[in-house]
Amino acid sequence: MKKWAWLLVFALCFGMFGGCAGDDGTVTINVYNWGEYIDDEILDVNKLFEKETGIRVNYRTFENNETMYTLLSSGAAEYDVVFPSDYMVGRMIEEGMLAELNFDNIPNYQYIDEAYKNLAYDPTNKYSVPYTWGTVGIFYNKKYVAEEDLKAGWDLLWNEKYSGKIFMFDNPRDAFAIALKKCGYSMNTTNEAEIRQAYDELVKQKPLLQGYYMDQIFQKMINEEGYIAPYYSGDGALMIYREDGNSDIGYFVPDQGTNLFVDAMCIMKNSPHKAEAEQYINFMCRTDVAKANAEYIGYSTPHTEAKKQLDPAISGDPMFYPPESVIKKTETFITLDQTTNNLQRDLWTKLRL
Amino acid sequence: MKTLSRIYTALIFLFLYSPIAVLVVFSFNNSRNRVKWNGFTLKWYADLFENELILESLKVTLTVAILAAVISTVIGTLAAIGIHGMNRKLRQTFLAVNNIPMVNPEIVTGISMMLMFVFVFRMTGLLRPGFFTLLLAHITFCIPYVVLQVMPKLRQMNRHLYEAAVDLGCPPVSAFFKVVLPEIFPGVLTGALMAFTMSLDDFVISYFNAGSTAQTLPVTVYSMTKKPMTPEINALSTLMFLAVLLLLILVNVAQIRDASKKGRKI
Repeated sequence: MKKWAWLLVFALCFGMFGGCAGDDGTVTINVYNWGEYIDDEILDVNKLFEKETGIRVNYRTFENNETMYTLLSSGAAEYDVVFPSDYMVGRMIEEGMLAELNFDNIPNYQYIDEAYKNLAYDPTNKYSVPYTWGTVGIFYNKKYVAEEDLKAGWDLLWNEKYSGKIFMFDNPRDAFAIALKKCGYSMNTTNEAEIRQAYDELVKQKPLLQGYYMDQIFQKMINEEGYIAPYYSGDGALMIYREDGNSDIGYFVPDQGTNLFVDAMCIMKNSPHKAEAEQYINFMCRTDVAKANAEYIGYSTPHTEAKKQLDPAISGDPMFYPPESVIKKTETFITLDQTTNNLQRDLWTKLRL
Repeated sequence: MKTLSRIYTALIFLFLYSPIAVLVVFSFNNSRNRVKWNGFTLKWYADLFENELILESLKVTLTVAILAAVISTVIGTLAAIGIHGMNRKLRQTFLAVNNIPMVNPEIVTGISMMLMFVFVFRMTGLLRPGFFTLLLAHITFCIPYVVLQVMPKLRQMNRHLYEAAVDLGCPPVSAFFKVVLPEIFPGVLTGALMAFTMSLDDFVISYFNAGSTAQTLPVTVYSMTKKPMTPEINALSTLMFLAVLLLLILVNVAQIRDASKKGRKI
């Protein structure tokens, strides 16, 4: 009994110690971003911020919106700045998890393209500053896929001619979005019949696929194990243009319309260092920093000045910066209600069994 | 028949070690490609030592693994001795309780611990999710493995050795260190090693209990999987594999030496 008592005392002391550590005058902000989603080589953005402001950055990474949300909403992790995607921003606003930003502290917000402000997930743009954006389209290998088959748009992913050489997203939201677009519906639909019809399409597609993948798509496409894969436009930078990429790969956005996604910067409501967090967001919107990040990540930047300074080969590439005609047909994801979410998730589980 | 069994053994080893061999070979590949060989390079190793996020996560992982191994070995060994001294019925009950966390899915353990830490933190302001909760979680899931490794050694030990030592005037505490501990030491050591490796490669429990200040290596590596993984990870895994291999060889050599020494004495 005594032993346990000692252990408890020990644990409590440590707990208190852990709680107070770090209060030595310098402010530390906790930043939660996607993996490999910041320049840590050329400018080394976080280091630069620490050097210029004296604020310490505790930088952590996540791999998808859902797990990030679970950790934040349970209270198991406290962050100041987070980088959720569009629909997750919407959900976090609805649940009161995000703080309203004080844009007086973020003067560089003026450089953000008007086209990416006030989007559906944050209609009055009080809570988020866009960080990157992109579209979802189809990567295909020009050597094996006939040009005229591209006219089919999303139906290309159902073309029996390429059976066994097609890949598909391994997550429900993106996969359902494609199937819904193929059927001509909105990817934000809450109509059960439409979702079930999309599910039937996905069932039909399954035997034609080489598999459901996410990051493995890069290697498989580059090594020509498969020829057709839907993926995020910004990743073309790695798949096609990097030294080990495959220049036979092309990219197009189907005419039926597609998803325009935005990853944004937000501040948590319970952040104890809101002003410093705003300073960080402002720093991320500084032209040189935004440019370094855009070059490192390869995703499109909503920063007008940074875009002007990019290599014209990139800023003029319709894959990264598509013309207005493509943008007009895009939709951003909005937060689905619980029932629709569960329906998609259950059908997805059934499909993947 | 003998050749057949040799082939079988060779196949099993091939199956076990070829993934590691591929991983090691491609850590020296002069390209990010995971299929084509493109010449020898050490650049991924150089890059690795410049990647602060990875190095910092490695530091957290190793610190937690070492502390968790040491603390859970102490607690687990004490627990095993306690359980060993119980009567049959009580012992079986306790062993069953000990086994539950091991068969429990990790995600259940991870989330339940997270909920508890959050609850305690909200109520009392103590145990802020972070390094310390991560360590507590790791110690907790390591203890049952240590107990399980130490129990058989205690069963093998001659009960009367300890009694004889005490009879001859040795105080219980030094009797434990001089008589019991050397007898069960191989079990304690395997327990510690097992705790160390379990802690090293745990993902699920760390994910939920690390708060915002500590991130372990498996969590960092997993967060990179939206993009193609960099060969820096191959380089890191190679180094970790070598370190663990070295550790195992050292432990085995020490044990063999120890055994032969004892053999000579008798």
